[in-house]
Amino acid sequence: MSNDTIVSIVIAGVGGQGILLASDITALAALNAGFDVKTNEVHGMAQRGGSVIGQIRYGKKVYSPLVKKGTAQVLAGLERIEILRYAEYLAKDGLAVVNSQMIIPVTVSMGVSKYPADAKQLLESTFPRLVYFDAGVEAAKLGNIKAANVVLLGAISNGIGLPLEAWTGAITKRVPQKFLDLNIKAFMAGRNYK
Amino acid sequence: MELLSGNEAISRGAYEAGVTLAAGYPGTPSTEILEDIVKYKDAIYAEWSPNEKVAFEVASAAAMSGARSLVTMKHVGLNVAADPLMTLAYIGVKGGMVVVVADDPGMHSSQNEQDSRHYARFAKVPMLEPSDSQEAKDFMLKAYELSEQFGTPVILRTETRISHSRSLVNLGNRRLANKVDFIKDQSQFVMVPMWARGRRVQLEGRLKKMQENACQSDLNRMEMNDTSFGIITSGVTYQYVKEVWPNASILKLGFVYPFPDELIRQFASKVKTILVVEQLDNFIEEHVKSLGIACQGKNYIPNIGELSPSVLSDVKAKMESTSTAQVPFKNIAEQLPGRPPVLCAGCPHRGIFHALKNHDVVVAGDIGCYSLGTFKPLSQLDIILCMGGGISMAHGIQKASNAKKVVGVIGDSTFFHSGITGLVDIVYNKGTSTIIVLDNRITGMTGHQENPGSGLTLMGESTHAISIADIGRACGVKRIFEINPYDQKHTQQIIAQEIAVDEPSLIISKAACVLHVKKPVSPQRYIDQDTCKNCRQCLKLGCPAIEAGEGKPHVNPYTCMGCTLCQQVCKFDSIHEIK
Repeated sequence: MSNDTIVSIVIAGVGGQGILLASDITALAALNAGFDVKTNEVHGMAQRGGSVIGQIRYGKKVYSPLVKKGTAQVLAGLERIEILRYAEYLAKDGLAVVNSQMIIPVTVSMGVSKYPADAKQLLESTFPRLVYFDAGVEAAKLGNIKAANVVLLGAISNGIGLPLEAWTGAITKRVPQKFLDLNIKAFMAGRNYK
Repeated sequence: MELLSGNEAISRGAYEAGVTLAAGYPGTPSTEILEDIVKYKDAIYAEWSPNEKVAFEVASAAAMSGARSLVTMKHVGLNVAADPLMTLAYIGVKGGMVVVVADDPGMHSSQNEQDSRHYARFAKVPMLEPSDSQEAKDFMLKAYELSEQFGTPVILRTETRISHSRSLVNLGNRRLANKVDFIKDQSQFVMVPMWARGRRVQLEGRLKKMQENACQSDLNRMEMNDTSFGIITSGVTYQYVKEVWPNASILKLGFVYPFPDELIRQFASKVKTILVVEQLDNFIEEHVKSLGIACQGKNYIPNIGELSPSVLSDVKAKMESTSTAQVPFKNIAEQLPGRPPVLCAGCPHRGIFHALKNHDVVVAGDIGCYSLGTFKPLSQLDIILCMGGGISMAHGIQKASNAKKVVGVIGDSTFFHSGITGLVDIVYNKGTSTIIVLDNRITGMTGHQENPGSGLTLMGESTHAISIADIGRACGVKRIFEINPYDQKHTQQIIAQEIAVDEPSLIISKAACVLHVKKPVSPQRYIDQDTCKNCRQCLKLGCPAIEAGEGKPHVNPYTCMGCTLCQQVCKFDSIHEIK
């Protein structure tokens, strides 16, 4: 990584899904690896079930907390279709990581819009580098569906070059001791997902 | 080094500066400052005041007594506190006082996009603007020094991308707190015309001295680089400029008002052309031009919405007449269903909005989670202006129009903030509106802050929970009803009855915010797919836990809070408790 390279990650999801923890762990991992870090998350109105994003940037010296469009190395979605709203953030050779969990918006239930039936296909045709999987199922296999976001972080970690110890250190710092083992396993499940 | 949000850094700065009193009213993006400061409660008294004006006055008097004080609010909160601000500028302070105001360019969670920098010029008080968390902390310390040096309140202006961005901060130690003793001096502290005229003259003198100080201040700095192109900027915008124009010379203003005229002239003499890059209004640009210095600014930089590296990259391309960079992937939002914020599953407000659907009335709303009752399928709010407006605007519509009945809807925290005076107006001036207070005993939208009705202080102590019904009675409202919004039959009956009467009524919808108490209202429900006739009546509640595509609706067991409203509106008895 050259001196002026900045790594940017954008995580999209639905308000209340836990973007803050995911972005927190990612930022800490970058800190552990010795980088300058900036993050930004949306608070307030957008958290009531609306579409939200979190942004993390690290490098030798980071200025802007906001990611410039077309420059994110990883664009991740905690929900099946949310990253499609933010596709323009992803860099040309960037990695898209999607949890296939569906959260039906009220606009669909009311019948004023449709949830794309072919979301997977839409994602595959949009993003050449795509990891698409049910992080909840992977987490449930380990005994707790709530670790889904950490499973996703494992998959995100493959898109950027931070060392494994930086991640496990960050998880250790942010997760309660009694859930630590579960979360480390969840992270590895995502990281090793093929 | 710690990774802190701008708000946490401001809180830390107040602690290190020896602040002993902090007050505020919650408002995105400012809220977390006081939430964070509670961790220093052994050293700092902190309170949520009923509104920003009260918070401002509490902090003002503390500073007049010699203490270092802090008051925090969002941009529109400063409108509420503008009255004391304008005159405190005359009186000044003994101990340092910092007013933190958080703007929200892009209106992520606000009803307007005002540029609060104008308040600095309007009130003739200094304003500092940090560009990251480290500066947010450092500028707080500087702000208290300036405040005491010049005897003036200082405004520290932040915005969404400073308050809610996190970056590394070096922590320092706490300074010894000031000795506090109110020393009587009527000619300074009593602003009757006789003394105010004298303070008015002193204010102008102070402003001139502060301007000289701003020119010397290390809060402003020149970063000389390519001298053919210079940029004047401030706040988070500086960070975007550094990435978009890495070779430009920059005059970065941290002490944004009073303007450092001499410094601006010096910078102008060193660079060939100048671009002023600032978010929202042309506050700096207009002043630079008034000095007779030619510059570009809002002819290229948007004055609506927030700036970002992407927006400024497009500006740069336009200025250089090159084509804007194409992004490799396009958003496909148009093929996606909209995902607006909604009232949570189990939200007690839903029952009130559903009951209001039966009536052809105008409904005046207010600021808070319940503004989400505006949208389909509830579609119940017809007008929203500002905090407290839900009550007084109901009265205005009722008096001005032939509308037989107008309903005002307001939250509990908003009622305490500035709704009470509206209720007084209705009774005093013989209005007939029906006022519904959605009393969930917490300030919801900003993330669950205590308020005068919640029985707890910001510092976590139990206190008297003020009764809204008692306030109504004291105002002289004769018809007061406390209802359970989850009981739809009773709710509909009371609302229908009160809309029909020709005098003011106060209906208090009492049920705690489910997101705050984190407990289901009752066991979760399910829709019996065999007996469901797919009439879709339950979907008219706009509950995010009831999901439907092409087929019959079903309840998402992960998100249902057991509020039972869907069961109550189902005409075919197809919704039941999960046993």
